[in-house]
Amino acid sequence: MMGRAEEARTLGKPLSGYTERSVYVKAERATRQSKTPEAGSSATPLADMMGIITPSALHYERHHAGVPTIDPEQHRLTVHGMVERPLVLTMAEIQRMPSVSRIAFLECGGNSGGEWGALTGPTAQRACGLASCSEWTGVPLRLVLEECGLKPGAAWLIAEGADACRMQRSVPVEAALGEALLAYGQNGEPLRPSQGFPLRLLTPGWEGNLQVKWLRRLLVTDQPYMTRDETSKYSDLMPDGKARIFTLMMEAKSVVTFPSGGQRLPGRGLYELTGLAWSGQGLIERVEVTLDGGRSWQAAVLQEPRLPKAFTRFRLAWQWDGKPAVIASRAVDETGYVQPGKEELIAARGLNSGYHFNGIKLWKVAADGSVANADA
Amino acid sequence: MRTLSVALVFALGLCAQTSRYGVGRVPGAEEIRGLGPTVAPDGTGLPEGSATAVEGRELFAQKCAKCHGEKAEGDVGPALVGGQGTLATPKPRKTVGSFWPHAPVVWDYVHRAMPFNQPGVLSHREVYAVVAYVLFLNGIIGEKDVMDAKSLGKVRMPNRDGFVPDPRPDVKSK
Ligand code: HEC
Repeated sequence: MMGRAEEARTLGKPLSGYTERSVYVKAERATRQSKTPEAGSSATPLADMMGIITPSALHYERHHAGVPTIDPEQHRLTVHGMVERPLVLTMAEIQRMPSVSRIAFLECGGNSGGEWGALTGPTAQRACGLASCSEWTGVPLRLVLEECGLKPGAAWLIAEGADACRMQRSVPVEAALGEALLAYGQNGEPLRPSQGFPLRLLTPGWEGNLQVKWLRRLLVTDQPYMTRDETSKYSDLMPDGKARIFTLMMEAKSVVTFPSGGQRLPGRGLYELTGLAWSGQGLIERVEVTLDGGRSWQAAVLQEPRLPKAFTRFRLAWQWDGKPAVIASRAVDETGYVQPGKEELIAARGLNSGYHFNGIKLWKVAADGSVANADA
Repeated sequence: MRTLSVALVFALGLCAQTSRYGVGRVPGAEEIRGLGPTVAPDGTGLPEGSATAVEGRELFAQKCAKCHGEKAEGDVGPALVGGQGTLATPKPRKTVGSFWPHAPVVWDYVHRAMPFNQPGVLSHREVYAVVAYVLFLNGIIGEKDVMDAKSLGKVRMPNRDGFVPDPRPDVKSK
């Protein structure tokens, strides 16, 4: 018996119906203190993630009126407006239709909003964590619209959630006829309540707010309804005082997650630098990494499978010589679009746009191995 | 983008009459109304009812001021007044008065989402009243102007023409 570790001297836990993670694994979403915690966001701990799938329990959240508890038996989706046949569908009926599963990232239009200003995120989670990636399962929205029959002139869908604010967004019909899903599954199980259980809209590559959760209604119209969350919020205010509206696609972005702010390298030697890249336009074609603050860039290795509009993991073997270093990644997508630097973004859009920040994020590694935000 | 969608919509229209999957049920007009109003920027979809800012004053104090401040200057909830003329400055203040392009959408939003902690408690008339009050505080309408399904759509918001389409890609990378 001598010399045996405790766990080898006592029986482990018996079988169970549902597995919790190890007590030693602590990664959590980051929230902020708020008097209205039902309207806010929680960020995915990107630096703790492996591969490209975000565990559903750590998928970022952004709600405007809390997470409703919805009985799927009672839930209905109503499609009406400029259609030949308005329809009310139960969840069972939606799940009878042909389904597809695909991996797609989801990113809040306000992700990295703090990066526009002086108080930039000290960690990958704080700087870029309103982005996650899941396998989603659902019915192509196109099939449901075919059941209804769009009338000529139908150009927009006004999507409405069943939450307390009845979240509402105008969705261009092109999205609906393309890749959009009425999603009910996430990572092999029904959607988590915070991701819209039992039904959400999914428009891969487009900003999160558009992908209305707890979806209860699609009103088909010939015009956008200029709803609160596409005018007052999620629009990009330019220096001339005009605001860009319907900037829906999330442009290519990447972040180094190791080494990243808040971490510490134990000493010089070989490390695997890694991070995540994604683009709302499709595939990540290339990710380049700098170890000298942007003077030189080298190609990182992209982990397969590389999927359009999904997280792509990149890696680079890095021999750290123990000297201070400034590191960052830069993504290039299949359209040739190159992730810009913060200065270039500001030159184009000024300092008041608030949303849709996809700039390069720099980390500085100090001689003692500590890693911090280089833009602070 | 437009041409493509029109073509696709036309193609879909052809199979409109037939149901391929035999799912769903056609709702009646009453059932659709029961889902609640959805209001277009021009006011289409606004329900019956009318009120003035005078009637909204008391109601705002009771139902909104706790979070938005006595004068809607902002507290737990965002400011609903002021900011006109600031959008092109280094400190823009986006409010209903300075930023929101369409008055009927204020009605729609307040009706669907406010009061934040008790959505749905206000009658349609009461929503007209608090919306009239917020517009009045912003100097957009008079205190006695009657707001209803017709007049609200005619209110000209200061930032009516303040929104422009997405011109991206707009950033030059080095
Ligand atoms: C319990 C606090 C609370 C009460 C009471 C409340 N609100 Fe709000 N209101 C909020 C919060 C919080 C938000 C922001 C919600 C979000 O982030 O989605 C908000 C947002 C708004 C907005 C959108 C502002 C913008 O520029 O985007 C309007 C308009 C509004 N409220 C009007 C009202 C009116 C009118 C009432 C009274 C009938 C009211 N509110 C009552 C907390 C409150």
